[in-house]
Amino acid sequence: MAEHELICGIEIHQQLDTKKLFCSCSTDLVDDAGRDVHRRLRPTQSELGEVDRAALAQAERKMRFRYLAPSKVSCLVEVDEEPPHDADDDAIDITLTLAALLEAKVADEVHFMRKIVIDGSNTTGFQRTALVATDGVLTLEGKRIGIQSICLEEDAARKMESKGQEITYKLDRLGIPLIEVATGPDMHSPEEVKEVAARLGSLLRATKKVKRGLGTIREDLNISIPGGARVEIKGVQELRMLPEYVQREVDRQKGLLTIRGMLQGRGLVPLKVKVVDLSPVLRGCKSKVVAGALAKDGGAVLGVPLPGFEGVMRSADGKLRLGAEMAQRAKMRAGVMGIFHSDELPGYGISEEDVQAMTGQMGIGNGTAFAICADEARKARPALEAAVERANLALDGVPEETRDPQPDGSSSYSRPLPGASRMYPETDVKPIIVTEERMQAIKLHLPQLPEQTERKFVMRYGIHEQQARQIVREGYEDLFEEVASTYGMAAVAARTLLNTLPEIQKEGADISRLDDAALMSAFRALHEGAFAKEALPAVLKSMAGGRSVEDATKELGLVRMGSSEAEAVVAAIVREREAFVREKGMAAVGPLMGPVMERLRGKVDGKMASELLKKEISKMLQG
Amino acid sequence: MSYSQRVGALLRQAGAEEGDYVKVVLDRSREYAGVLMPHHEFSDPDIIVLKLKSGYNIGLRMNEGARLEVLSKAVRKERPHRPANKSDERRRVGVLGTGGTIASYVDYRTGAVHPALSAEDLISAVPEMAELCQVEAKVVFSIFSENMMVEHWQRLAAEIADRLDSGDEGVIVPHGTDTMGYTAAALSFMLDDLPAPVVLVGAQRSSDRPSSDAYTNLISAARFCTSADAAEVFVLMHESISDTTAAVHRGTRVRKMHTSRRDAFQSVNEGPVARMDLDGKVEMLSPCRKRSSSKVKLRPAMEERVCLVQFYPGMSSSAFGALLRAHKGAVIAGTGLGHVSHELVHVIKDVVKEGIPVVMTSQCLNGRVNLNVYDTGRDLLSAGVIPGEDMLPETAMVKLMWALANSSDPEGTKDLMATNLRGEMSDRREA
Repeated sequence: MAEHELICGIEIHQQLDTKKLFCSCSTDLVDDAGRDVHRRLRPTQSELGEVDRAALAQAERKMRFRYLAPSKVSCLVEVDEEPPHDADDDAIDITLTLAALLEAKVADEVHFMRKIVIDGSNTTGFQRTALVATDGVLTLEGKRIGIQSICLEEDAARKMESKGQEITYKLDRLGIPLIEVATGPDMHSPEEVKEVAARLGSLLRATKKVKRGLGTIREDLNISIPGGARVEIKGVQELRMLPEYVQREVDRQKGLLTIRGMLQGRGLVPLKVKVVDLSPVLRGCKSKVVAGALAKDGGAVLGVPLPGFEGVMRSADGKLRLGAEMAQRAKMRAGVMGIFHSDELPGYGISEEDVQAMTGQMGIGNGTAFAICADEARKARPALEAAVERANLALDGVPEETRDPQPDGSSSYSRPLPGASRMYPETDVKPIIVTEERMQAIKLHLPQLPEQTERKFVMRYGIHEQQARQIVREGYEDLFEEVASTYGMAAVAARTLLNTLPEIQKEGADISRLDDAALMSAFRALHEGAFAKEALPAVLKSMAGGRSVEDATKELGLVRMGSSEAEAVVAAIVREREAFVREKGMAAVGPLMGPVMERLRGKVDGKMASELLKKEISKMLQG
Repeated sequence: MSYSQRVGALLRQAGAEEGDYVKVVLDRSREYAGVLMPHHEFSDPDIIVLKLKSGYNIGLRMNEGARLEVLSKAVRKERPHRPANKSDERRRVGVLGTGGTIASYVDYRTGAVHPALSAEDLISAVPEMAELCQVEAKVVFSIFSENMMVEHWQRLAAEIADRLDSGDEGVIVPHGTDTMGYTAAALSFMLDDLPAPVVLVGAQRSSDRPSSDAYTNLISAARFCTSADAAEVFVLMHESISDTTAAVHRGTRVRKMHTSRRDAFQSVNEGPVARMDLDGKVEMLSPCRKRSSSKVKLRPAMEERVCLVQFYPGMSSSAFGALLRAHKGAVIAGTGLGHVSHELVHVIKDVVKEGIPVVMTSQCLNGRVNLNVYDTGRDLLSAGVIPGEDMLPETAMVKLMWALANSSDPEGTKDLMATNLRGEMSDRREA
């Protein structure tokens, strides 16, 4: 079998629109903060005294946590002051439904586990999660994508801010049921990743019981290339960005493999950390970062020689970027702003003379690689240690790790991959027996599949097949159906959702603010005649700026125009051009449409304007 | 529930035991491999639980025709030896285990939670302890706190006396929270002339969890033992639901007031004795007995046949009378200022005449009983009821057990009950 250039599996996390998984709180995200609770977490010891790799990385940062516990959306269960209640039955049914849709093999008994997570995002220090089904299949244009597992778990708390040693989380999101679907490593191109994610998304939405909107569905990507290593990019929220993250990760791993080849070619062995205080030779340095650090109490500029790492921290073509990896580790470990390395110096206000002074101070030849960190010495030292550790890892190629997606399509180091076995039974939650009767009832009431919905849209509302597919794929099926069935505006709805929204986005509108409720309010207003359909793009654009449909119509001067008002406008225009009308007769309608529409655009539609014009002209001709 | 006969036989035939790595074939399309887990009490009798390679447990129904095969037997891993930290210049603190898991290890392979029992285990799980003191750990017994009996209090009191007499700076007693208040009261009366503090400590979240309050409570208890000038029996638990401070309560005044919160333990009718900042600061809030070089005066005798009865409207007088007569003494948690129905007053009158002391406390918990205000109260006094002042009903019951065993006649018992011995009652309550 030919080796694939890319191996990718995804995990998709979808919030369910039910009550919380282990209590009766509602699952809305709220603005109010509620009461404060302060906590710490400590890594638990396992039987053999092994503490999990990822747990250790967190403990290294010795974080304290502050939780905001708003009422109605959090209770004693979320603050870990009361044991969990029985798992929500609706959430289990939805998970079983998805398992049936994916032809997965369902557990006879579902057991909730405690998965250790001590970054504070769970007040307990673990996430409750249960394996519901395994070994399913997703068919996509004839290709079978394996579904490894379908789990039901609780969502984590929302991170609000991180200040010094304290992270603040809000508890409204904690405990919202999440379905996690993990595919096999069966995808081999960035576009395919997107297609699979879209298909899983539409199957989830087909249950009609999932949450909608940004942040309610999140994807983790597991990516590796031949010779590389498994890297997990965690928590991508925008489907359209998936191919970009995949491609960039492939490029990053390729770069790291090139670096490994270069370093091995240079016969490098792992470096020892040799920190040198460079402060004495940088007193006159013009760099703001350097001067700022030296002005601090306990501030210093520390450096480490990195002989052999020349040209790989940042290559001239920008393809090799080990320096960025080193800086991310330094930031994570020590909370510094970053590091400078010799591939980017002179620069950032650090002159050639400064560089020479530093290499002199470190006792290395001009041209030998090094890195520096300017901050309090107690932070700069561990930062450089972390940077050297990362540099040494480059000798082995690509390290396995978890990375955070960045809005520009890149990703940054967050922590090592968690070890495999960090789960133990959640003894506070009873196991759930999945009876044959329950599974049969689920199979009898399976929801309409996306392709069935597409066919229905074509048959019932007369839209094009391509439009129907796209509506379902983009997740507009519920909205479309409501607009089409309630207001009879299928064509307008399809055009608006599929063409207008992307257009106004291109023009800079933030269409993520136009959720289903907002779009529905615009269609309702249109239906009630608050404005004409030509004005809809402008209205939506204004609403994307945060206005209600009422405010948007007002702002655009689209006050609703009754026919008598419009009549008056048309009559005035006809009177102003009386000579012309009398000369042309009914043939004046065409030429006068221009001036009429100029006054009435968006307030009445073209058809009505033309009718009014005909009426006024014939009135004048008869009168 | 345990396994059904059939599944039990299947496992025996395969020679499968918990912890073994097994293969299960349910039918042509379903096959699993994983570690055989213990059967859950609430699991279906035909279901076995496997821990899969992913770490997840899954319940599988062993229908007729299902097969199971042991792939490899469980490997019992040796626990690494944890060297005890021997540096004798530090202060010595005794840790006397009673059951419950104040510190524990999780075996993620099998999901089992093992308690840290030895001093070495404890120090390894809570290394901060070693920075504060030299720990002398011993497990006195290992039971759920709801199964605690007078005999356990007595053994514990004797062990504590031994430790303090051999020079410990204090003794920490990790204890299940359900009956920790009762034990604290019992130890308070049994241990006289304490030279150093005895601190009962518990956890409302079990110690296998990263969010457990066990560790902060335990470390604070060690800090209190080595730094506070106090020599009574105390209970130390979280002061609020945040991990910021712990409160030190007098053993005779403390009550579990919530089923699950970290700050479940509250002092009633007085404030806590001290506040422990979890970062290390000790703040004494009210006066208490100071440390001394005295030897412990151990007085462990108790009359076990004492009952605690909560009065309720419509309570049957015959059942009430029968219950009281089955005991050597009774404490009643009456309504309001300390009342029971007219009918019951008559029963009490007879019972007292028969030589059974009856102590009145209030189910209000907060405030003092006062039998002078209403007719019923005055009738109760005439009937010979002993007012329990502002004692907690549970403390009054434990005290009556002790007073009956440590006095020679009813008058003596009555005197002991009316005297403040361990801070269990007071004349004034702050406004």
